[in-house]
Amino acid sequence: MTIEAILTSGILNYLIGFLIVAGIYALFSLGLNVHFGGTGLINFGIAGFFAIGAYTAALVTKPLPTGELAVYTQQALGLDQPFLVGVIAAAAVCGLVALLIGIPTLRLREDYLAIATIGIAESIRLVFNNEEWLANGSKGLVGIPRPFYDQVAPEYYNYVYLGIVVLTLAVVAVLLERLLRSPWGRVLRSIREDEVVAAAYGKNVFAFKLQALVLGAMVMGVGGALYAHNAGTISPGVFEPVFGTFIVWVMLILGGSGNTKGAILGAFVFWAIWAGSQFATDALVPHEFNSRAPHVRFLLIETLLVLMLLFRPKGILGEERYVSRL
Amino acid sequence: MIALVVDGIILGSILSLGAVSLTLVYGIVRFANFAHGDLMAVGAYVAFFCVNTVFAALDLPAATFGPLSFGLPMLLALPLAMLATAVVAVIVDRLVFRPMRRRQYAPVMFVIGSLAAAFALRALLFIIWGPEFHFFTQALRPALQLPYEIRVKPDQIFIMAACLSMVAGLYLFLRRSRLGQALRATADNPDLARISGIDTERMMVWTWAIGAAMAATAGILLGIDAQLRPEMGWNLLLPLFAAAILGGIGNPYGALVGGMTIGIVQQVSTAFLLPTYKPAVAFVILILVLLIRPQGILGSEQRGF
Repeated sequence: MTIEAILTSGILNYLIGFLIVAGIYALFSLGLNVHFGGTGLINFGIAGFFAIGAYTAALVTKPLPTGELAVYTQQALGLDQPFLVGVIAAAAVCGLVALLIGIPTLRLREDYLAIATIGIAESIRLVFNNEEWLANGSKGLVGIPRPFYDQVAPEYYNYVYLGIVVLTLAVVAVLLERLLRSPWGRVLRSIREDEVVAAAYGKNVFAFKLQALVLGAMVMGVGGALYAHNAGTISPGVFEPVFGTFIVWVMLILGGSGNTKGAILGAFVFWAIWAGSQFATDALVPHEFNSRAPHVRFLLIETLLVLMLLFRPKGILGEERYVSRL
Repeated sequence: MIALVVDGIILGSILSLGAVSLTLVYGIVRFANFAHGDLMAVGAYVAFFCVNTVFAALDLPAATFGPLSFGLPMLLALPLAMLATAVVAVIVDRLVFRPMRRRQYAPVMFVIGSLAAAFALRALLFIIWGPEFHFFTQALRPALQLPYEIRVKPDQIFIMAACLSMVAGLYLFLRRSRLGQALRATADNPDLARISGIDTERMMVWTWAIGAAMAATAGILLGIDAQLRPEMGWNLLLPLFAAAILGGIGNPYGALVGGMTIGIVQQVSTAFLLPTYKPAVAFVILILVLLIRPQGILGSEQRGF
């Protein structure tokens, strides 16, 4: 076989697609690692930040629909900006939403943030589902531009996008690792362990929590943007709580909460399990129950999370002990 | 508008029952149980299974009570579903939360565990009964015409009466019975309760059982009023928490007031907004309460207990 035939073969294409999606979810997992792993904040609304990131990027990079498309598509914005502008805008809008949600909740008990983040995620999904003028309602947006698409042959494009995802993931991971190892990150961990003690040491606990919430949400926004450009189409159905929020929790706990490498590893291991379970249910579940088969897989990952929480709460890698560099 | 308020009171009584049981569980187990809405759904589906599968096969007399849409089968299914849901909740506690208590986990781990339990229960409903909507009965019952264009179905009067008597029953139980007093003592101060010879681990089991049985009732009543679908519990989660927090979390009487308020505001909002926005309306109230009076209108924790 020639190199060309290998690079464009079906199995390899599947693998590349798998790595792209796992890499994007690794960004969500990294964002959650700032929230939960670093600071102990419970964000059950990852799907909300995922949706905001994806829709912001789509509306910033897509042109307004013209001609026949305009009959079927409504969108409030269509700025036709380059890819990078969309990614930055996605992060910025997510950060802003996190700021607004953090102010009323972060001074209160930890459960309130969990409830409020579920609320924001559900509300955002409802808004995108019902407000046709904003982003075409439940039909969603199609034709989200893919960066550098016209510069390579279509059959090689996935390699380019994988490069973009890996590069983004590397930059974000290095940045977050440095931040979490810095004195700033040490304050976050002290808040996670005992916020009364952190406050007694003169730290403004609320301000640190708010910064962590905003930073993690911005990372999730970047993930949402990369998702939108990869899928090319988005609709509110993508941002359901199980797929948008729950599996990210499974990834982080699986890989190792509080560990940057663990957050990334968890995302890839989880996707491998998830893909494997698809083959298993395809083979085992009779066809007439096809609409119920995904829920068998959901039940499996829900069981997996409980087992991890009970028997290996540190995850595969666990948190590393380290001393902050001065 | 008056008609919407009446609708709101009916929805509010279901939410009250859900929120009172949510807050009762919260007071004792001391974490936000995200599986509570799904326990409601489990109760509704078990009742559906009893009425439309088991009793239908047994040829029970299907005649309905007067103007109500249901008859003897539903009345028999109600306690069975309460019991079954209580058993489910105790099993979840055994499998997930009790091992965590033994390992002395931080509260955040319980909260994550409850989210996993919520989605697992919902997945089971999907697997057993599928994603379709289910109805207890297809029969249409005429609504009573009251002045001011108020239309109330006889079922809805039953729902209101059932919810309020159940909450009143819980009040008497917590005040008068020895078990109720032991539960209140555990909610007030678990360590002190243990020193006084109360088996707090047993109190946990009772709390889950009572909370789940009440949740099951709320779920069934909602099923009678509307329809059954696997997501029904998840969609109730925001209104339930909004109601519990509005009334002051851990305070059952506050939850009653909170549930009524949320129900009425949600229904009245449909005059201006699409009905699908009801969960978002509950969320906005929740945020306003957290900003203005995070301890709730009747004060938080066990003071009202």
